[in-house]
Amino acid sequence: MRAEAISPRRGHDVIQLLIGGIASGCIYGLVALGFVLIYKATEGVNFAQGDMMMLGAFIALGCVNSGYLGLAFLPGVLLAAAVMGGIGYGIDRLVVRRIFGQPQFALVILTIALGFVLRFVAGTIWGYTPLVLETPYAGQAVRIGGVIIGVEDIITILVTAGLTLLLWLFFARTRIGLAAQAASQNQLAAYIVGIPVRRVNSLIWGLSGAVATVAGVLYASKGAIDPNIGLLGIKAFAAAVIGGFGSLPGALLGGILIGVVEPLAARYLPGGFSQMSPYILMLIVLVTRPAGLFSQIQAKKV
Amino acid sequence: MSLLEVEDLAVHFGGVKAVDGVSFSVREGSVFSIIGPNGAGKSTIFNLISRIYRPTRGSIRFDGRDITRLAAHEVARLGIARTFQNIELFDHSTVLDNLLMGRHVHRRSNFIQDIFFTPKVRREEHIHRTRVEEVITFLELEAYRDKMIAGLPYGVRKVVEIGRALALGPRLILLDEPASGLSVEESREVAFWIEDMRRDMGLTVLMVEHDMSLVAQVSDHVLAVAEGRMLAQGSAAGVQADPDVRAAYLGTEAA
Amino acid sequence: MRVTFKTSYDRDIDLHESWRQRGWIALLLAIMAALPFLVGEYYLAEATNTLIWALAGMGLMVLVGHTGQVSLGHAAFLAIGAYTDAALMNAGVPFLVSFPLAGLAAGLFGALVAIPAVRMSGIYLAIATLALFVIVEELVIILEPVTGGIGGIQAPSIMIFGMEFDRYLALDRFYWLCLAVVALVTWGYANLLRSPTGRSFLAVRDSEISARALGVNVTRTRALAFGLSSGVTGLAGALMGHYIGFFNYELFSIFISINLLLVVTIGGLGFIQGAFFGAILITAVPQIISILRDTGSNWGVDLGTIPGLDTAIFAVILIGFIIYEPAGLYGRWLKIRAWFELFPLARRDMFRRQKTYLKTERMR
Repeated sequence: MRAEAISPRRGHDVIQLLIGGIASGCIYGLVALGFVLIYKATEGVNFAQGDMMMLGAFIALGCVNSGYLGLAFLPGVLLAAAVMGGIGYGIDRLVVRRIFGQPQFALVILTIALGFVLRFVAGTIWGYTPLVLETPYAGQAVRIGGVIIGVEDIITILVTAGLTLLLWLFFARTRIGLAAQAASQNQLAAYIVGIPVRRVNSLIWGLSGAVATVAGVLYASKGAIDPNIGLLGIKAFAAAVIGGFGSLPGALLGGILIGVVEPLAARYLPGGFSQMSPYILMLIVLVTRPAGLFSQIQAKKV
Repeated sequence: MSLLEVEDLAVHFGGVKAVDGVSFSVREGSVFSIIGPNGAGKSTIFNLISRIYRPTRGSIRFDGRDITRLAAHEVARLGIARTFQNIELFDHSTVLDNLLMGRHVHRRSNFIQDIFFTPKVRREEHIHRTRVEEVITFLELEAYRDKMIAGLPYGVRKVVEIGRALALGPRLILLDEPASGLSVEESREVAFWIEDMRRDMGLTVLMVEHDMSLVAQVSDHVLAVAEGRMLAQGSAAGVQADPDVRAAYLGTEAA
Repeated sequence: MRVTFKTSYDRDIDLHESWRQRGWIALLLAIMAALPFLVGEYYLAEATNTLIWALAGMGLMVLVGHTGQVSLGHAAFLAIGAYTDAALMNAGVPFLVSFPLAGLAAGLFGALVAIPAVRMSGIYLAIATLALFVIVEELVIILEPVTGGIGGIQAPSIMIFGMEFDRYLALDRFYWLCLAVVALVTWGYANLLRSPTGRSFLAVRDSEISARALGVNVTRTRALAFGLSSGVTGLAGALMGHYIGFFNYELFSIFISINLLLVVTIGGLGFIQGAFFGAILITAVPQIISILRDTGSNWGVDLGTIPGLDTAIFAVILIGFIIYEPAGLYGRWLKIRAWFELFPLARRDMFRRQKTYLKTERMR
């Protein structure tokens, strides 16, 4: 009979764990969305996406925090997203475009190097000691039927859902979105029918930078940030792979899956497995369903 | 005796029936051509025989043996070599190395012997090289032996690919549009080589080709396909005169 | 321009076309062997470090340069090599046994991992190796009884037939040991490239589809390349462990994997020589930076206060090479040599790169 007294509280624990997991999963998912955006449009993978998230978070911090520009929160974040969008556009315009036509792994190595440069830039401007982004909802929590949920978690989930919907509308409805889709399927053909492939690619990089900023702000509202948080990108990769690289909703679901598995593994499995769990999950998916859980990719035509 | 027997072969991609119920048999020592308008499924038949695609239905028998379920690399070992419509050479290697790669099925050394380059490996290399030199002489590639593929003209690359298939020492060679993109002189040369392959090397040739004069000149047997289905079979002249074949070609030209 | 007149197939099969080239190689080896008598302790240690990086670079070159597979997790194999060697030697196994076993362990692990991994194409493989690296790193921490966990492990000093090859007590001997290993591996690597195995690697790299059509078992070839690559990298890891002496998991960070990629890319993908060029660069740049720091502080500019400058400079060099000279240092060297040999006939557009549109690998 004592078990009955304990079980509801344990249930609350698990629910709290799950919601926290979904919220961090949303952040992974958003970074993964950034990968997928660029992959869908250019067939290249941006290994600097995690570092773009990091830089976005720092730029937002620079706009919002009282020690820096001290803007109001929402305009500050929007400004940061715009700046980061410009940086993303610029990276493609000035660097990535120059290796157009080189093998795929050239871009892999190039973006890894870019990540290091971004990290260096952030470290030089904001230093390597962890900083906290000032948010209007810091430390607030709501209580729903005995379950305590941080406001930042709720905001994270809502913002992610809204952003995903916007991106979906962008690709399904807008001219640029459709052009990007066409370019991703056959660059040469898209070029011939008059789609400005290069400009579309740059715009996608910009969009991906803005999405990374949103992810960075959401991440920063959960804790302190330093220039090395970009390593989270590796986890976001796992998310993108689990979801199948070409799929926007897949990336998000993959992220949430990882976000949920991690705290559960930390709680129920021996130490160390929690850190490994996203990658083990990913390797399992890679071996059993190499194209991901939500794949649309078929074999090359000969 | 027929070397290759294809029976009721079909493959569907999604809802598209790329090949639908194709049957034919290729007599040993003959030249067999498959013709048809673009997108008729000619190359797909090749890809099914060389096991790049898995057929939805039907069987492929080579020399009496069922090869329908073999892996792609096992087919080469039986003595089936092929070329590709869009030239798939090893671009960053020399012509010589490309031809030597054609000898892969004949390698007798393992990777440990290779690392120490034992005398056996050297002996084997001499044998491979001798065979490859025969191919070089046959196709008159002497001038290009040490050239990188990447810098070669289209016509030469086309010939190198045929050479690589010949270096394998096959019994059946699949040529996927050997004359496409070639000049009149070059395709006349291809015609002579095909004749020689059959007469002097005893090869069986299965060919996909658009150039009807080449097809008429070298083929013993012609199969016409359209939209994945067989239209007509027989001698080159007979197939060309077939009303269905004419309709298929005219139909696509009108479209 | 020199033209070699070939009189036998052996001229093509042999590693070097002419006695002239053989002479150069012999001279280079002689200078390398005499290095302990020519330079001081500090530079000899740096030279040893360069050799170890070149060895690891050759390991990755087999994979990236010759079979076209990218690994972002090769530090994992360095770690496996280093820990296997150190743990075996701590258990009393002599170096001559533990060292090959370290390479074998890393190689077998690599091949085992590769069997599922090689079915994946480019990007997926890169990410899978990254994941593999994180898993190995965590395993090193968990397996404390063998690896010393976070605390670390001591690589004992090397004894061969009663002779000491310790990195601190007998640096010249340790240098010769590394040189011998590097020379042997280079020889084996060059042999591999002129044999059927090497050709099958190149075939898989340049056109998987026609490799299949020629009878190459692509999965097995890639797994073999992965196994050989991780094995050689494991050997380098074992030597690196001895070079450092006392190490923990932090020695094999993700940055080491990236640095290795830098070695092969900047050095020149697809050339054995590239691994050496890259290794020289990666060990020289920190030296140059520290020299710059010293001169900078003399001029009142304190570069020492900027953390992460080294990696940023590496990154910028890497970006520059990928954009302006994808053939790497060795590729640039070949062009310079050709220019001198043809002088004054060389033309500016001789090595013009061909721009190609991305070939899509997908149908939707």
